[in-house]
Parts: sequence; structure tokens; C-alpha cells
Amino acid sequence: MSFIDIRGLKKSFGPTTVVHDFDLAIERGEFVSFLGPSGCGKTTILRMIAGFETATAGSIALAGQEVTHLPPAKRDVGMVFQSYALFPNMTVAQNIAFGLRVAKKGADEIRARVREMLDLIKLPHLAERYPYQLSGGQQQRVALARAIAVKPQVLLLDEPLSALDAKIRVSLREEIRALQKELGITTIFVTHDQEEALSMSDRIVVLNEGRAEQIGTPFEVYNWPRTRFVASFVGTLNLLGAEVIDAGAGRLALDGHTVATARPIEGRSNGEKVTVALRPEAVDLGNAAADRIALPGTIEDVSFLGAVVRIRVRLTAQTISLDAFNQPNVTLPKNGDAVTLTFAREDLLVLEGDH
Amino acid sequence: MKKSTFGPWLAVILGAAYFLIPLIATVEFSMRMKRGEYSFEAYRVVLGDPRFQASFGYSVVMALVTIVIGVALVVPTAYWVQLRLPKLRPIVEFITLLPLVIPAIVVVFGYLRIYNSESWLPLTDSQHGTDLLLAFGYVTLALPYMYRSVDTGLRAIDVRTLTEAAESLGAGWGTILFKVIFPNIRSAILSGSFLTFAIVIGEFTFAALLDRPAFGPYLQLVGANRAYEPAALAIIAFVVTWACMGLIQVFGAARGAASK
Repeated sequence: MSFIDIRGLKKSFGPTTVVHDFDLAIERGEFVSFLGPSGCGKTTILRMIAGFETATAGSIALAGQEVTHLPPAKRDVGMVFQSYALFPNMTVAQNIAFGLRVAKKGADEIRARVREMLDLIKLPHLAERYPYQLSGGQQQRVALARAIAVKPQVLLLDEPLSALDAKIRVSLREEIRALQKELGITTIFVTHDQEEALSMSDRIVVLNEGRAEQIGTPFEVYNWPRTRFVASFVGTLNLLGAEVIDAGAGRLALDGHTVATARPIEGRSNGEKVTVALRPEAVDLGNAAADRIALPGTIEDVSFLGAVVRIRVRLTAQTISLDAFNQPNVTLPKNGDAVTLTFAREDLLVLEGDH
Repeated sequence: MKKSTFGPWLAVILGAAYFLIPLIATVEFSMRMKRGEYSFEAYRVVLGDPRFQASFGYSVVMALVTIVIGVALVVPTAYWVQLRLPKLRPIVEFITLLPLVIPAIVVVFGYLRIYNSESWLPLTDSQHGTDLLLAFGYVTLALPYMYRSVDTGLRAIDVRTLTEAAESLGAGWGTILFKVIFPNIRSAILSGSFLTFAIVIGEFTFAALLDRPAFGPYLQLVGANRAYEPAALAIIAFVVTWACMGLIQVFGAARGAASK
């Protein structure tokens, strides 16, 4: 049995079901992100794990113990909120000590643990400050210290970086990940920011309309999105219409050209319309090696984005965007130039479920 | 073109005169007890009157009891409504506003019908029972002010998230209420308490009809039988009320500074 075992989890508010038959197994020490747009059910699932929402159906087990109907205080779960939720009437040290006092730990133990936590979040000099005297980033670090001071079995992070400015967000996400690895604490992180999920997680659960669309490592989710939703939500992607010519051989008709994917097209029949996905960074101008797919086109637009140049190329009936690194010594193509696009067969993904 | 400030200033002067002239006149009259000179004789007589001390002391105790019952009733209710039953908010607000609409004399006659010596709960049978009934009556009377103060305080903090944060740290309801919620709405509770205090100190109808020796009936009694002392008493009651208002301002300002 996994450390966290969620089976058939369902949540309805009146006639509206917001989480449908959600299954997930998380191993001890894993960092798993729930990624999805607003209203996809990610926070509701997290709140059911924390015990703040009651599951309509299904079960949740933490460390082998069924907790589905236990109150939050009995679950041994630490939680960090988007709005920090520090107690305004308490100092930083008192906030961190709160859970330890509730657990009736000895005064010496509490003092030592609070000092340890303050050192861990690198804020020992702010122990006597009140929350309103701290910046957003400092408050969130204190909230993190408060959550892990009681040594919970599981740490739940509900969009903890959303209220912070971009620079603090990047540094704090690195700190959270480093801390999680150091402590080895099993963590679930809710976010709508794909960059956060990709950079921090061992695995990502991409959610859409209360269902897990795909569960995989950041590498898998980014490079091999299974559905159109995952493909469009995680990173920028070219979505192109195609028609299956020979499913067994993986051959497709794409914009009037016959191309072959790296694998057979499963679950599709010949003549069926499908959607194929192609990452902009997987496409090159030129580089017509023999094993690469080559398609002719015309430059339609060139956008300079700093480190990257995004080029839009019109094929016969569809357009493809490609990303190239900015190199000052290489001349950029101009609108109307005839070019050849190339990409590896492995990069052409036939998406499941829609066409 | 420069706007004339004559109109606004006239309104302010007229408004101030409307409130201040009777007040100044009352103060002036209260100091004319000794013929031919101004003195605090009326205040000395009033403050030295054992019935004043007894009735004022009684009303202070009743006010404190009312505040304790009111806080114990209103804070958990307002907290629960905000946390779990937000749909009930309009109903609870309507109930808390009823004492402003229903005259005190109607409420107290209702009490007398329900809790008289022949009822299933004969509170008026004993002095302590009647005192308790009076305190409950005062709680009802102060409900609109206490509820509004506490509700405003609760709205100023993120009750739900603070509660959930405390719950996830293992806290039970007692700890959450006394360690997290109460301290963060302290100034709101104090505001409600001072308003309650001011209401109870001057209240007449409940105390008179339940025949309790409170400050309100004493004020009426002195007013009916003396000349200068009622004016002195009115000023004393006025000072007590304004002291309560001042304390609300002080605590409100302290809260504002603390949350910056």
C-alpha cells in the first residue's frame, strides 16, 4: 500500500459534482503537484485530504490509516495556505510554537524546536515580530515553519506562492523544494502555475473538470501530453489536425503530406480525424536529416521574445509556431521567406480522446 | 470662483448649538444649588446619597453580567454563522435587530407572562431569579450593538482560514475560540461591551417593571422629587456614557495601529 492512497474520491456540492472518481497513490517522501486551472477541483481534493471537506464517496488513507472521516485535527497533516493564515495576535515564535503547545510538548522542547525551525527558514532574527511586520515571503516561510514544526506525516501546500511577486515566488519555490528534500516529507502542492509544478515536482497530476487528465513526471507530462487539455495547459503547443492513414504503421496525412509517427497509433482506425501536438522547441528550420520529418512552408511572422525567437510558419492549410534561441550572429528569416520545417518523429504526438 | 463656506459653517454652528446649549444649561443649572454662587453641591449630595451608590453599583454589576452573557452568546453564534452557516446571516441579523423594533415595555411584559410565579420557570419568584431575568432582558436590548460589533470584527479577519490553520495544527474548538478568535476580535468585543455598559447604566423600563433597584429608576425617582440633583445626575450619566464612547475610540485606534 502506498503512503497516501486515494481511491474513488468524489465530491458533490448539491447537484454539481466537482471531483469525479479520483484515484492516486503517493509514495513516502514524494513531492506531487496538482496542476490545473481555477475550478478544476485541485483545491477541493487537497481540502478533502486535509479534512476540511467531506468526501461524497471514496476513501483516503494516510500511512496505512483510513482517515476519510477523521476531523482535520486528528489527521497529522500540515497545511500552508495561499493567504498565509498566520495568527495575527501571535509573534513569529508563538505562531511556530502553536501546534507544539496544542500537542502539550514541554517548554524546553518547544523552545528548541522553534529555534530549529527559525534557523531552517533563515529568520531567527524575526522571532519576536508580529505577522503584520513581515513581508509576504517572510510570512509564507513562517507559515511553512509552523506547519512542519509539529512533524506532520504529510505537508499540504495550497497555492502558497500565488500571493507573492514573481521574484520571491521563484526563490521561495526553490527553498520549499530544498526543504522538502532535506526533511523527506511527503508533500502535495496545489498550483495553477505550470512552471512551478514542472520545476518542483516528482510527479504532476493534471486536473480538468474534477478528473485527473494525466499523472506523470514533469518530463512525461511536458513531453508526452496524453490529451488536448494537458497539451494546451502545460507549455505552449502546436495543435494540428491530421487524418490516420495507417494506424498500425503510425502513418498520418498532415496538411497534405504523409508523415510517420514513432509509434503505432493505438485505438484509432484508418481514416479517422485526429489532433496531433508538436512543441515549438522541437521544430527546426532546415536540419533536414534523413530520419526527420520535413514540411515546406512560408514565414508568416517573426516575434523577438529576448532569449527566444518565436517564428510562425504557414503550411498549406495550417500554421506551426517554432521557437529558436536568439543568436546575434544568425540572421533571422523574413516574412514571406520559403523555409523547410523539420522535427523528429518522436516529437509528433497523437492526442487521446478528441479530434 | 471661490465657494462660500458660510452655509456649511452655519449648519455646523446650528447643529452644535442644538446639542450644546441644553447641555451647558443643564451643567449651569446643576451648579446653582447654593444660592448666589456656583458650586458642586448638587454633585456632592448625589454622590453622597447611599441610594445613588447602591443603584449605580447594582447597575454596574448588572452591566458586567450582561456583557459576560452577551459575549458568551454572541461571539460563538456570530463565529459559527460566519464559518459554517453564512446563509443564515440575514435571519440572524434580523433577529438581532428585533429589539430596536419591539419596544422594551412589550418585551418585559412578555417576560412577566412567561416567567411569572405561576409559570413553568418562575424566575420572578426570587430576587436572584429576577436579577437573572433582568440581565437576560439587557442582553436582548444590547443584542443589536453587541452582534454588529462582533460581526464587524469577525469580518475583518479571515475566520475560515485561521480556523482551518489552527485545526490542521491539532487545535480543538476551545483552543480555536479562546486562543485564535477571541484575541483577534478583542477590540470588537470591547466596543460591544462598552455600548452594552452605556445602555444598561441608563435603562429604566426593564428595571422599573421588574422592580429592581437599578440606576435608571433611581434617576427617575430623584428627577420627580428634587430640583438640582437630577441635573447633576444627568451630567454624571452623560459623562459615564461618553467615557464608554471614548474607550471604544481608544481601543479602536489601538486595533487600527496594531494591524498596520
